[in-house]
Amino acid sequence: MKILVFVKQVPDTDDVKLDPKTGNLRRDGVKSMMNPMDANAIEAALQLREKHGGSVCVVTMGLPMATEVQKKALGMGCDEAFLLSDRPFGGADTLATSYTLAKAAEKIGGYDLLLFGRLATDGDTAQTGPAVAAQLGIPQISFASSIEVEDGWVCCDRDLGDTVQRVRAKLPAAVIVNGGINKPRYATPINIMRAQKKPRTVWTAADLGCDMAKIGTPGSPSSTKKVFEPEKRNTDTRYLTGSPEEMAKALADLLENEHLL
Amino acid sequence: MKSDYKGIWVFAEQENGRLHPTVLELLAKSKELQKHNGEKITAVLLGADVSALADTLFAYGADAVLLCENEVLRSYSARPYQQALTQLAEKYKPSIILYGATPLGRDLAPRLMVALDTGLTADAIDLGFDEDGVFYQTTPGYGGKILAHIVILERRPQMATVHPQICAPIEPIPGASGELIKETLCVEPDCAYEVLETRAAEKTGESLTEAKVVVAGGRGVKTEEELAMLRELAGLLGGQLASSRPLVDNGMLPHDRQIGQSGATVSPELMLNVAISGSVQYQLGMQKAKCIVAINQSEDAPIYDIAHVGAVTDYKKLLPALIEEIKARKK
Amino acid sequence: MFRLDEEHLELQASFKEFAENEIKPLAKEIDETERFPLESVKKMAEMGMMGLPIPEEYGGSGVDQLGYVLEIEELAKVCATTAIIVSAHTSLCCWPILKFGTEEQKRKYLVPLARGEKLGAFALTEPSAGTDASMQKSTAVLDGDSYVLNGSKIFITNAGAADVFIVFAMTDKEQGTRGISAFIVERDMPGFSMSKPENKMGLRASSTCELIFDNVRIPKENLLGQEGKGFKIAMATLDGGRIGVAAQATGIAQGAIDEAVKYTTERIQFGRRISQFQNTQFTLADMQTKTDAARLLVWRAAAAEQDGLPYTAPAAMAKLFAAETASYVTNRAVQLFGGYGYSKDYPVERMMRDAKVTEIYEGTSEVQKMVISGFMGVK
Repeated sequence: MKILVFVKQVPDTDDVKLDPKTGNLRRDGVKSMMNPMDANAIEAALQLREKHGGSVCVVTMGLPMATEVQKKALGMGCDEAFLLSDRPFGGADTLATSYTLAKAAEKIGGYDLLLFGRLATDGDTAQTGPAVAAQLGIPQISFASSIEVEDGWVCCDRDLGDTVQRVRAKLPAAVIVNGGINKPRYATPINIMRAQKKPRTVWTAADLGCDMAKIGTPGSPSSTKKVFEPEKRNTDTRYLTGSPEEMAKALADLLENEHLL
Repeated sequence: MKSDYKGIWVFAEQENGRLHPTVLELLAKSKELQKHNGEKITAVLLGADVSALADTLFAYGADAVLLCENEVLRSYSARPYQQALTQLAEKYKPSIILYGATPLGRDLAPRLMVALDTGLTADAIDLGFDEDGVFYQTTPGYGGKILAHIVILERRPQMATVHPQICAPIEPIPGASGELIKETLCVEPDCAYEVLETRAAEKTGESLTEAKVVVAGGRGVKTEEELAMLRELAGLLGGQLASSRPLVDNGMLPHDRQIGQSGATVSPELMLNVAISGSVQYQLGMQKAKCIVAINQSEDAPIYDIAHVGAVTDYKKLLPALIEEIKARKK
Repeated sequence: MFRLDEEHLELQASFKEFAENEIKPLAKEIDETERFPLESVKKMAEMGMMGLPIPEEYGGSGVDQLGYVLEIEELAKVCATTAIIVSAHTSLCCWPILKFGTEEQKRKYLVPLARGEKLGAFALTEPSAGTDASMQKSTAVLDGDSYVLNGSKIFITNAGAADVFIVFAMTDKEQGTRGISAFIVERDMPGFSMSKPENKMGLRASSTCELIFDNVRIPKENLLGQEGKGFKIAMATLDGGRIGVAAQATGIAQGAIDEAVKYTTERIQFGRRISQFQNTQFTLADMQTKTDAARLLVWRAAAAEQDGLPYTAPAAMAKLFAAETASYVTNRAVQLFGGYGYSKDYPVERMMRDAKVTEIYEGTSEVQKMVISGFMGVK
């Protein structure tokens, strides 16, 4: 089975600050990490490979420093890494991103399953998976909370809130997994060392044969017009003070007054 | 040509002949948008044996209902729905298409984005026209710490999936009617996709929406032992344990405990937030609670903007003390 | 080499992540309850961390000595007990079998040890043989197909949970140190018993017990190396063990510094963060400089070992300096925390208690000085 996992490098959310002058996000000195749900997607891919054999390739579109997350993916056990990095890719919205990722999938070729993590913590669009599936004309299963492959079909439970739906899609297909579907494994020391020797390829727009009008800013119908911090709606918060015991007493008093005890 | 595209479309998501509540919210929001651009509001209804829903759609604000019935569309499947909507959008050229940011909406809309080669904004929490007359969609980013106005300047239609409950439905107008447009389309079934079964999700507790007291944990709750403290506190207060997104995302709690984005909206008498920063999406899910208490070590956590009572301290020290205090008073 | 290359940086990052997520949350509890963290051993086994420097063919991860000391340091930063569990198991039990064992011994014992399926320990110290390790009273007498082992060992790390023990005993009293031999002893051999764990100041969950051998019959095949070579085996093993302890001490020190930096940058007194006071800054600078120096001594010793160069003196220097640094740094860390530093609610008092033993076990600081001055040719 040939599985492609799409992995994104995102800022470590807690570090993000807004530059009050430009309205842009301050990225300098901000730690980066692998999008947490992409780690779940990698884990799902590795478990499928353990069961069915084959290979797992990790694909990332990003800045050159995104090799960090690729190395982590290889250290977890993926076989090969592709980094799509080129100036013209910058400024892409979901449409342009999905076009670029799809071109990479086509160039790698021979894939059976494309895996995505449900949400990226930056941008939070959760649209990339279905969009790439649409670009490639393949079926998709979103909100997957379980995944199995049998006889050329991928079978998943979909977590839809009040209901759980069991569906299957014929390979090649795209599956977008929920966090919590599994516990991603650590990169073990042996795999970290082996990862040093695994193939890592960097592709530019020219390597992928991209139509320049469809990538990056030119290929993005959406743009951000304004970025701002949400208005603070002050509710005259009453702050408790003192030691934990004193605060606990004050809170318990509050609960008694509200007849909640 | 941009100017050829006119009209506000609301995708009328339905399942088994029942409209999803977000459809009515979107119709109400469309009516607000209509005040600015004066364009027709059309509800697009796909399915089989669903024509009766047209009356409801008119009652809640649709000027027109575009009805496409086909056996293939009886149950939702991404590619047939994509096909149908693509044909309709290419024919009728709406300027705006709105979908609820439901699991179905989030599954379907990105496919339309690619099929129609246009822009799609995800999970907008507000829609409007700015001072330049441009249609914008407001989205939170970076866990809700910032908000952005997204615009789709050139391509049409401008599409967005919209967060549930950002707008209340209008008072239904009894006996309202409008233009009913029936379209017969050729839609191929998707032989590569099958729904095998649908079952109710396991409930791990009482419904959060009924709870009088909710104790919710956030990213700062890292271990089972820490979660157990919250569970104990919820139990002592006769309330329900819930969480913001991170604890569901990492599998510590099941989905039915989630408040906020794609989770429940609650309005308990007491809402106790433990180690939750309080992103915009989370706040939308609980801001109507009567008494909001927040325990978060970071004094600039957004949760304090809506908290009535705050304790800027380590919950791992405060909760044990609080549990002891409550136990003592109960005696 | 003063910088880590890419591969070692990645290894270090992965140890750090593992230690923070899996080991740190348990540190306080196991110290208070003296509970040996078996679940951590299992997780580390899955990671290949229980035999990190052992070659892959024997069940290890084949990482070099530098990678190994990085592992021990990252573990020690969050839990000194877990670090010594791994170090004692790896350096003091796996290593001598790798170095001196027969192929059968390696297949039978080293492979499951390196895989973390079994836990190892090293038993040299006796009630009357501490710093003077040559005063071995335990005896092993050849009788047919077995050696009969009698005697006792004290202060044995990992004992309560270990399956495999490297035990030293006198096979020929006439020969002095050349009459000591090494044996591989299994936990369930009849006649082998042990006391309850010592109630210690620090490293409280490391299961330090007394071993009692009462006519324990050990198969002849379990002699490790040759008869009479036991003392040499013990000393050679301790050289590597000292590098491990030095890494542990460095980790304890660094962990304490990291906690102190976090605390002092939040704590406000006299209207400002105490990190803004020069006293705090100068103290932390001293602490970090000494810790960096210790770390470099550790790396130097590890590099000598992996390059096949003599490493006895470098190991002794690393252990001497790192242990004293750990005691100094943790003491200063508690001071920087003030009253809170004395409370078990914060980790630095545990770090201070844990640090002390690094000056004592696997050769006291005094022993290290004997080794170093010996190598200097000072008689």
